Amino acid sequence: MSALLEHDRFSVRTGDGAPPNDIDVDFGFGRGDDSAARRTLRQQISKLERELSEIFVTAFLMGGLEHHVDDGDVGQPRLLDIGELEQIRDDLAERLHAARGRVSQRADQFEANRLLLERMLVEPARYRYARVALRDIGERGCGAYEVRPRLGLVGMLAGWWHVKLSSGCPLAMGRGVSRGPEITTGRCASS
Amino acid sequence: MEELGVSAASGFVEPELQDEFPGLRLDWLTVEAHDGRSTSGIRKRLDGLSNRFRGMSVISMRTQPIPRAYRTFFRHIGLDPDATMVPAEAAAVVRLRDGGFRSTGLLRDALLVALVETGVPVWALDADHVDAGGLGIRTTVEGDRLGTGELAGYLAPGRLAVVDRANVHSLLFGEVAGAHAVTKRTRHITLFSVAVEGVPVIHLEEALWLCVEVLSSGE
Repeated sequence: MSALLEHDRFSVRTGDGAPPNDIDVDFGFGRGDDSAARRTLRQQISKLERELSEIFVTAFLMGGLEHHVDDGDVGQPRLLDIGELEQIRDDLAERLHAARGRVSQRADQFEANRLLLERMLVEPARYRYARVALRDIGERGCGAYEVRPRLGLVGMLAGWWHVKLSSGCPLAMGRGVSRGPEITTGRCASS
Repeated sequence: MEELGVSAASGFVEPELQDEFPGLRLDWLTVEAHDGRSTSGIRKRLDGLSNRFRGMSVISMRTQPIPRAYRTFFRHIGLDPDATMVPAEAAAVVRLRDGGFRSTGLLRDALLVALVETGVPVWALDADHVDAGGLGIRTTVEGDRLGTGELAGYLAPGRLAVVDRANVHSLLFGEVAGAHAVTKRTRHITLFSVAVEGVPVIHLEEALWLCVEVLSSGE
């Protein structure tokens, strides 16, 4: 508590020990007042929860976040003391930091893949059989861009290459079972 | 709610809790129990509510004001909303899992309609177990038990609970004590709802109103 109050401003601790420069919250409570300190910590938790929720949605569109929920650690509702609130705030800050890192990493991957796709489109012959899935550039669907020879073997021999976008997701029900000739064992009713 | 002949009362909140959580509020009311099944109209309403949810809408639910308010409050009181889901998210997950909201009886349907329509949870108690002074929220003390009877377990002190002057009916946002739950023998039902900071009072009132409306339209 005293350590907490010694600073007018704090940086949230992270897993690697390095303070992230993107999470920075003002301290606004009066010194020596526990309830004010708790109120400020709750405000910080609210802010972190809001940001974490927003980044959760963003990350979902980019492949989701890894998050482990310990089913055995289900607490009961209670009035938390400063130490517990600090712990929650620090955990949230750590998760937010990790989530931002993950989103940033995915964004970089998407960017690199988009660049590759542009190069494939400009010079397909240089990127023979290169393949970029839609989900690898942050788009929805099961399709993929692939450099293929025009007219199959002819294109391969002649050096005619182009980028094709596959048709997308397979049908949920398949094409159905092809039916062979019906075999009937009974007598013909007609004639 | 006047047209339905009922009006909600504001429950008490322990002063220390009110200081810590200014938006914390409990409203309650008592209605006559309607024993019966849901009408086809209620089942259709549940179908309609099911159609509001798609995968992405459930994912983004936590960014909406009311579920977010409850998620934040859960954090404030030591619950992890990813482990103990807030009621609206829990209902949405059930909807995705089951493919739709299924009718499970008039009372449960009424509570579900209120929750999905407003995002505000409503709980029901057998009114015979509720003290005339009404419901409220306080922290538990040594010797408090969840419910009444031989099976009522002791609660750790310092827990937030929904109580009346005599009994603890449930932990906040938890299931109501088995002995106080609504049964077929219940004659009157006490409905209560809890709002937290960020949840407009009108949503609380609407949740209770919807619940009463559905209960009164049962077969």
